Amino acid sequence: MIVLPILIPLAFGIFSLLAWKAPRLQRGLALAGTSLLTASAVAILLDVRRTGVSALQIGSWPAPYGITLAADGLSSLMLLTAAVIALAAALYGQAGIDPGRVRSGYYPLFHFLLMGVNGAFLTGDIFNLYVWFEVMLMSSFVLIALGGERRNIEGAVKYVILNLLASILFLSAIGLLYNLAGTLNMADLARQLPLLGAPNQITLVAVLFLAAFGIKSAAFPLFFWLPASYHTPPVTITALFSGLLTKVGVYALIRVFTLLFTQDTQYTRTVLLILAGFTMVTGVLGAAAQTDFRRLLSFHIISQIGYPLMGLALFSQSALAASIYFLVHVMLAKTALFLVAGLVESLQGSFDLKKLGGLYSARTGLALLFLLPALSLAGLPPLSGFFAKLALVRAGLEQGQGVIVAVSLAVSLMTLYSMTKVWNEAFWKPAAVPVPRRRLSAWLWAPTLGLVLVSLLIGIFPAPLLELSNQAAALLTNTQPYLEAVIGGMP
Amino acid sequence: MNRKPEKLQRSLLLPVAARYLMPLLLIFSIFLLLRGHNEIGGGFIGGLVAASALMLYAIAVSPAALRSLLPFEPRSLVAVGLLTSLISGLIPLFAGRPFLTGLWLKTEIPVLGKIGTPLLFDLGVYLLVVGIVLWILLTLAED
Repeated sequence: MIVLPILIPLAFGIFSLLAWKAPRLQRGLALAGTSLLTASAVAILLDVRRTGVSALQIGSWPAPYGITLAADGLSSLMLLTAAVIALAAALYGQAGIDPGRVRSGYYPLFHFLLMGVNGAFLTGDIFNLYVWFEVMLMSSFVLIALGGERRNIEGAVKYVILNLLASILFLSAIGLLYNLAGTLNMADLARQLPLLGAPNQITLVAVLFLAAFGIKSAAFPLFFWLPASYHTPPVTITALFSGLLTKVGVYALIRVFTLLFTQDTQYTRTVLLILAGFTMVTGVLGAAAQTDFRRLLSFHIISQIGYPLMGLALFSQSALAASIYFLVHVMLAKTALFLVAGLVESLQGSFDLKKLGGLYSARTGLALLFLLPALSLAGLPPLSGFFAKLALVRAGLEQGQGVIVAVSLAVSLMTLYSMTKVWNEAFWKPAAVPVPRRRLSAWLWAPTLGLVLVSLLIGIFPAPLLELSNQAAALLTNTQPYLEAVIGGMP
Repeated sequence: MNRKPEKLQRSLLLPVAARYLMPLLLIFSIFLLLRGHNEIGGGFIGGLVAASALMLYAIAVSPAALRSLLPFEPRSLVAVGLLTSLISGLIPLFAGRPFLTGLWLKTEIPVLGKIGTPLLFDLGVYLLVVGIVLWILLTLAED
């Protein structure tokens, strides 16, 4: 069953290819596909919760030789969150994606992107992880480039070059790892690496992985591809990317640093902690200088990436649980914010904060839709961001890491400042031109409202998600059940 | 660069040779497809050979001529190929085995030998490769 989140997007991608000349059918298929995907992700989450880690040996090839798919708490939570975001993007795209893009193949790519994301969350094989990253990279590259205008192509080129560089680093790291251990199965690697007695080589490989996934997740200092490209495609695509792509990078970091590189961790964790701090600070400082709604939000993506990295660097069960909770929170809140930016643009025709205004008096509902995820991102109680940050701060204080805690709190304050700026410019100040009276399509506001509500729910009732994150984190600190599910009773 | 390109003196050899080479290459590509799995060959390389056979025709005669020769869009070939491979992976699920498990028919078939889901998978890859290569190259050639 755990292969379903890969097969469903593949099948619907094929159907969309077959329905190339029927855009309406493709739009319907996107809704059906993402709904099915969400249902399968819910089923997997419930199953994993009941029975622990579940693994599938693809093609019946036994574990260290074949490719294994494995779903544990972290994978299943990420799958579900990604599916919810995909569903919202599919709904929003009904009105948010222009017919020209649909004609040049938006929907097949949309499904293949989801396949790549889900594959990365599920795979138990490090080389297979690379393959899914490439599936993701190629689909997202073409999604940015669709449209064919100069700025689309420019954004796409910047995006693909840095990401290909990361892929090369990733591939080299895999090669070195294979040379050291002679296996690519992650569970098998987790068993072999401690027996090798080559801590220095392993640390070197770990740093290569850190660099590769660091670029992919837009961590300091190699984040600049993100704000250079994310504001160029239509907002549906940006919202989808902001919810999924960098988070897969963070997922991969969490996976390899909890499963593979668990010896001699002092060095890598210190590096991670420093990177986390700088990522938070540079992201939020970059955002302060922006006057474009989407570019500002893009810089906040970077800033928010620092928080889950901080949890990973602290590496206690509570810190990892906080990271996982934070990832779910930020994926939902960030996507919602981008969709709100899209709503604002479809009303006032611009992302430029200077040209916006007057939305609070004209569209109070829309202002609320912005305010909730924005305050949640800044971390105000009782919204989801507050619990995520509270858990991280607590984990940081437990370990006496006062500096990173102070940095994370200061960055929260600056996030609040930045969100206040958007509020003042777009919603509060009087409008330069009157806000048009026309109604917004329900395809646009309903998914935005849905995401905001989900994000509100996990803030008001944080207990179930906190418990799930805790269980997931327990499986990350004690990897024995994962190893047993994947390679079974092998010595 | 603004000068009109001089009219190329086309050799007669290439179009004539292409007409005879194309069917031969297509048959060879099927041979490669069937030979695959345990020996050198398979869907990917077979598909590349088939696609180059077709592209040879496009270069020798014209891309438009190849288009009119094909009874289908390259794009549909991509979709059908992917679908074929997907189905070959799904068949084992009905036998209660994991996705993509190789299953073979008990009886041997003359010429083809033992056939099973890996051959179906390779056939899908073959169609996919032909489709995608033609899609890319015809788009570039007609641009």
